[in-house]
Amino acid sequence: MAATPDSVGGASPGGLIGWIDERFPLTKLWREQVAEYYAPKNFNFWYYFGVLSIVVLVNQLVTGIFLTMNYKPSSAEAFGSVEYIMRDLDWGWLIRYMHSTGASAFFIVVYLHMFRALMYGSFRKPRELLWIFGCLIFLLLMAEAFMGYVLPWGNMSFWGAQVITSLFGSLPIIGGGLVEWIRGDFVIADATLNRFFALHVAALPLALVFLVIAHLMALHEVGSNNPDGIEIKKLKGPDGHPLDGIPFHPYYTVKDLAGIAGFLVLFCGVIFFAPTFGGLFLEEANFDPANPLQTPPHIAPVWYFTPFYAMLRAVPSFAGTQVWGVLVMGAAIVVLFFLPWLDRSPVKSIRYKGPIFKVALAIFSVSFVILGICGLKPPSGIYPLLSKICTALYFAFFLLMPWYTKIDSVKPVPERVTGHA
Amino acid sequence: MNDQVVDHGRRRLLTVATAGIGAVGVAFAAAPFLASWEPSARAKALGAPVEVDASKLEAGQMLKVVWRGQPVYVVRRTQTVLAAIGDHEGQLADPKSEDSVQPAYIKSSGDVRARNPDYWVGLAVCTHLGCSPLGAFEPHNASQVAGVDLGATWPGGFYCPCHGSRYDISGRVFKGQPAPKNLTVPSYAITADAQITIGVDEVGKAA
Repeated sequence: MAATPDSVGGASPGGLIGWIDERFPLTKLWREQVAEYYAPKNFNFWYYFGVLSIVVLVNQLVTGIFLTMNYKPSSAEAFGSVEYIMRDLDWGWLIRYMHSTGASAFFIVVYLHMFRALMYGSFRKPRELLWIFGCLIFLLLMAEAFMGYVLPWGNMSFWGAQVITSLFGSLPIIGGGLVEWIRGDFVIADATLNRFFALHVAALPLALVFLVIAHLMALHEVGSNNPDGIEIKKLKGPDGHPLDGIPFHPYYTVKDLAGIAGFLVLFCGVIFFAPTFGGLFLEEANFDPANPLQTPPHIAPVWYFTPFYAMLRAVPSFAGTQVWGVLVMGAAIVVLFFLPWLDRSPVKSIRYKGPIFKVALAIFSVSFVILGICGLKPPSGIYPLLSKICTALYFAFFLLMPWYTKIDSVKPVPERVTGHA
Repeated sequence: MNDQVVDHGRRRLLTVATAGIGAVGVAFAAAPFLASWEPSARAKALGAPVEVDASKLEAGQMLKVVWRGQPVYVVRRTQTVLAAIGDHEGQLADPKSEDSVQPAYIKSSGDVRARNPDYWVGLAVCTHLGCSPLGAFEPHNASQVAGVDLGATWPGGFYCPCHGSRYDISGRVFKGQPAPKNLTVPSYAITADAQITIGVDEVGKAA
């Protein structure tokens, strides 16, 4: 076996592993990152979503590679090649539905993963960089998903790309030139599709995998947070390991396998029985080929962008430019990066925070969901007003945090994690 | 000079100079890659002028043509709508097209925003986020578009289905809409028998 005490201090376990260990730190990596990575023993349900996002990432990489084998990134052939994958290619429909459902699943697990961090203060010192790497992953993931949505070259792909690239056109002075530079043409065209393909299948996945590795390295350097928000490294046993820690392997690998199994049941249920998810995961307008002369009657991005899209629409044009909506939408992402320095509460976890934070988090979460609904709906009736209110509440949660977390009451934090013997 | 003594000032200068020159080199090397994202020679060539025969258009009808891959509307306006074109100036965000994009001869044409008042030519690209506004030329309650009733005061014009921006029959945006500007009017030439060339100011001359 690789992880025997003999190999400590230079003694090699011998055999093939030993031969490798003298040339590559295989056993060392396995121990430090998995077998002797001590994670808090009180992880709950919310701690599944980190490993699930890795599962979905792998799903996207594998299915994506197989899709590129039959997809043609040209405006003349793209739509047809996707239909070919769906109808004529053996199991093509499964590979494509795994990929399209995986995109939505990615955002579901990432949003829940981020919510977990908000609840338990996982972004707080010393995990600021861990959080920032995570925010960068979220940002790249949005770019990756947007470009992926353009590739089938359906009518919603085309008009979605039209709307999103136009956002850059609202920037003063450089706007017009910047939009042509991004599109590679005066409009969304073959050149745009081709470069989005290159970014979607090569550049952004490489950057994403790199950032995921950085995210995990940062995590394993500082150690995992937990539902109590206690640093388990403060109390160590005579063996030098945290008293409230258990090795990631086998304890959490086995727990995560159970979570993965549960996730796959739901994931496969969507793939097999509701791959379009009622027009939420694959929009109906995208079953028509791209047509520059025919705007779909109602343009809405895929559900995972709608909260930010609602913010964009909530801001009216002012002084002859609509750049304000774009800035507000950008600020909604940028503000996330500053979260570690906005929370001034002496405790990390919601378990020991006071009622103000609990109410604030609840209002924030509800506002985010309402924004998501508003972004799906046409901008009429109650939705524009709701979007404005919820945009204000979204920003209030972050921008008022330094004050309300300071005056909020806190409960005493125990020395040891709770809930387990 | 003693070989054992390190001249830190000199070392720092050389390090900074090397890094600085290297950065310049990287910037030069990056330029071709960045420039490769510009519209290619082929894309630019495809942006040539487009000729449209609008003489067979009936009043109240519209032609859609593609110029530089963008949809352009050619609308023949009814006399009813044209007669009332100055009546709703107070409701418009930019009635004189001061902040909007159009050639000088369109701006100076006033309410009609056209070289020939009967024909309106403009980009069917909403100035909000680039959707195509839909034609809703019948005034008052007669225009039902994208399931939206435009109301009894509707003077006839365009309605954008994406975010609800409303424009009048000259492509002028109403107040309080998501769109900040009037619809863009491209350069075009029009003859007495309604032969329109989009993309030039005068036939035979580049825009």
